[in-house]
Amino acid sequence: MLIKAAPDISSSEITPESVYLGRRKFMSGGVGLALGAAAGGFSSLAFAADGDGLRAAAPSDLVRSAPAQWWEDKFRSISPVEPGSAFSTDETLTPYSDVVSYNNFYEFGVEKGDPIANSGAFEVDPWSVTIEGEVDKPGIYNLEDILKPHDLQERIYRLRCVERWSMVIPWVGFPLADLIKQFQPNSKAKYVQFFTLFEPSQMPGQRSRFGTITWPYREGLRIDEAVHPLTFLAVGVYGNYLPPQNGAPIRLVVPWKYGFKSIKSIVKIRFTETEPETSWNMLAPTEYGFYANVNPEVHHPRWRQDMETRLPQSLFSASRTQTELFNGYGEQVASLYSGMDLKKFY
Amino acid sequence: MAMVSKSRLCIRVWILKSSTNISRRQMVHEMKAIVPHLVRFICFVPIAQLAFAAYRNSLGPDPADALATGTGEWALRFLILSLCVTPFRKIFGLAVIAPFRRTFGLVALLYASIHVLVYVAFLLQFRWSEIFEDVLERPYISVGFISFCILIILGITSPKWVVRRLGRKWKLVHTAVYPASILAIIHLLWILRADVAEALFYAMILLPILGYRVVLYIARTH
Repeated sequence: MLIKAAPDISSSEITPESVYLGRRKFMSGGVGLALGAAAGGFSSLAFAADGDGLRAAAPSDLVRSAPAQWWEDKFRSISPVEPGSAFSTDETLTPYSDVVSYNNFYEFGVEKGDPIANSGAFEVDPWSVTIEGEVDKPGIYNLEDILKPHDLQERIYRLRCVERWSMVIPWVGFPLADLIKQFQPNSKAKYVQFFTLFEPSQMPGQRSRFGTITWPYREGLRIDEAVHPLTFLAVGVYGNYLPPQNGAPIRLVVPWKYGFKSIKSIVKIRFTETEPETSWNMLAPTEYGFYANVNPEVHHPRWRQDMETRLPQSLFSASRTQTELFNGYGEQVASLYSGMDLKKFY
Repeated sequence: MAMVSKSRLCIRVWILKSSTNISRRQMVHEMKAIVPHLVRFICFVPIAQLAFAAYRNSLGPDPADALATGTGEWALRFLILSLCVTPFRKIFGLAVIAPFRRTFGLVALLYASIHVLVYVAFLLQFRWSEIFEDVLERPYISVGFISFCILIILGITSPKWVVRRLGRKWKLVHTAVYPASILAIIHLLWILRADVAEALFYAMILLPILGYRVVLYIARTH
């Protein structure tokens, strides 16, 4: 077992936020202005003027300070996403303010506004991740050491929630495949299971006596899904550190599956030979399958899935859009499921 | 309607203040007369708040959903409030609150109607085939819809002349308020699968009221 301690940082060593921010080309306040304005009134797309800048940055008055010095170093260079690639989309981004205030993260409460309201004091540093199961290098690792070999990159993905709303979000992170290579799973590793932090003192949702989810929250992928180039581990959003409500410090992003597969605040990754337990499937197996691929033809018992509401909305806008198979990533991922009955394996 | 009762209220208060030769008894009488207006006014505060928030676009990125949730919750709250009136009146001998049962019941119907309207107009944008499918195939919508239908029947049979006309049958018809409330709570329970605290909270209020009714019924028939 390899256990490393994160170095202590004195506050004087921390780079002032203004220095960090000066590096970036910011859009001209569009996102900030759009905060209270009618939805769709402002474009929240930001295009960098040079190759160094990201396509999307958080509005300067809403950026977060780094959890620790090493986070700042890590975020100093992020490769921007290549426009036109499968890792990007030119659809209008969901404004930063909506991305960080409208969340499903039941550990912090069941209402959309609960996660941002209840996660202000959430501690994300130090953070360690346990790697276990069918893997050659099991152990408990500091997040800093896990991230060390990986360069951060930007991805712009659609996020489709099973509740029929969707967003377009610019993430910062690295492919899950790179992390899997780092820890060298053995030939028996057919699946990967992920666990969210279980800490009721920090997560009020886990203290509820009337909750029906078995904590800790867990999710899983087949190994070929896990090493797919689209499958991403995010540590940031809008060029900035991930806020707790979005799954800080590290979360999964699987853009062709419903949002609940993209597990947040990961503390454990387990490689297994058999299909692992997943939280929503444990709670309601007829409603939530293991695969949970976005599919307009397979309806959830509580929600039709052929349409979606792209957020943000205004009351009178009729901008419900057609949901696409695999959330529009079919060209990249359909081959993973060739020969499978997607109605049976929902 | 809110504005009307508010302006009436203001006029009454103004008359009270301005008239010097008013007797104390008259004044108490006037004050008592204000109470129903005040209660009715308060009933409209939540919808006014929601409407104002919608106007200011501060309902979040999915305002239609927020509006549906808000009006649905208030419909259930007023429904349960209307059920509390009779037990309170009988236990504490508060005859004056009797008329509020009807007030709260009608306000519950109003909020439920807005709730359904938001769902039909804003969430599903009048796609009727989809709405019918929802009502028939999605159990949580089916129970909510049945509850709403019951509330409509209760609303139609609540004017005084209808009450008089129905006579003894009226009471029987209006026992349907209990299934309506139970279905409304199931509707809520099935929406929030991950945490049943909210639905349980309303059920815990409804349960003793139901128990009280059952006890009264047994006492009357034996």
